[in-house]
Amino acid sequence: MNKPEKRTGMNLITQTVTRWIAGPIVIYGIHILFTGHLAPGSGFDGGIIIACAFVLITLAFGAKFALGRMGKLLASKLSSLGALLFLTIALLGYAGCFFFRNFIQAASPAPPFQIFSAGTIVLSNVALGIMVGASFFMIFIILAVVRVITGKDGKLKMIQRGQDKKQEE
Amino acid sequence: MEILVTLSLIFMIIAALNALETKDLLASVVSLSAVGFGLAVVFLAMGAPDVAIVQVVVEVLTLIILIRATIRHDVTSFTEGTEFFSLLVGLVLLFVLFLFSLEAVRALPPLGTPVMDAVTSAPSHHYLEHGLRETGSANIVTAILLDYRAYDTLGGATVLFASVLGALAVLRSRPLKKKKKTDDE
Repeated sequence: MNKPEKRTGMNLITQTVTRWIAGPIVIYGIHILFTGHLAPGSGFDGGIIIACAFVLITLAFGAKFALGRMGKLLASKLSSLGALLFLTIALLGYAGCFFFRNFIQAASPAPPFQIFSAGTIVLSNVALGIMVGASFFMIFIILAVVRVITGKDGKLKMIQRGQDKKQEE
Repeated sequence: MEILVTLSLIFMIIAALNALETKDLLASVVSLSAVGFGLAVVFLAMGAPDVAIVQVVVEVLTLIILIRATIRHDVTSFTEGTEFFSLLVGLVLLFVLFLFSLEAVRALPPLGTPVMDAVTSAPSHHYLEHGLRETGSANIVTAILLDYRAYDTLGGATVLFASVLGALAVLRSRPLKKKKKTDDE
């Protein structure tokens, strides 16, 4: 029988509680994001809460496990995707009159106090949430988990701290 | 409400002084986070829940990043104190700023009066009266942030994006030397 894998990260209690609670944290962040135009909150708040859930997973399970699932490049691609989505919503306002026009609300106004009521505000919240969440997760990864060095062929590489010689991106 | 704001400000000042003067690094970082939480209480007391949510969440994330990234396992306390002359200069500057701020606070209207009522052509009247009808959003802060002044939000998102790029660019370290060459070079 083969040896059990060495468990990285924190102790068993923290890992079990993290397994239970990381999902509800993401759902809570999505809730704050989608009801940003009805109750206090916005896309910024929801995005940061979602990033906090991923930071919790990274802290409890070790960086190798967490980044193996999610990847550093995935965070940067999501951040760029969110920023481009926000800019696209802004440019689509030209379909109305001017830059950033709330074209959905102007064309077919919906009754207020519903989830899909405020036109482009909901879409802007989603785009901002994706962008801010991915950016904050990238900041945490850059500052606390990863070192960036120049590799042998002159290109930049991201290497986890403590495994500089062996592990590569 | 003013009592809550005053108590929170006193708590923040005490926590900031503790963050400066304590020798243990972990206690210093936690005191900084206590300053942030006191500020969130002040925001709630002034009636700004959106700002309070952002303050609390960013404070938690900053605390995690500070602890994880800066506190290493071999440096746990900071034993170098401040010199006397720099302390004296700091106190003199603080006193001068205090005198100036007394004059400035005396000219402010009391807490809670709407300042923009004095100018009838201010845009805030238009936002408050026609905000729900024009944007369809019940939260007037989100309506202003994402519909009336969405250009400013685009600027803020650009700043966040650029700061992440800057962090990635600045934190590049020099290439590691090979372990075969020892220190006798």
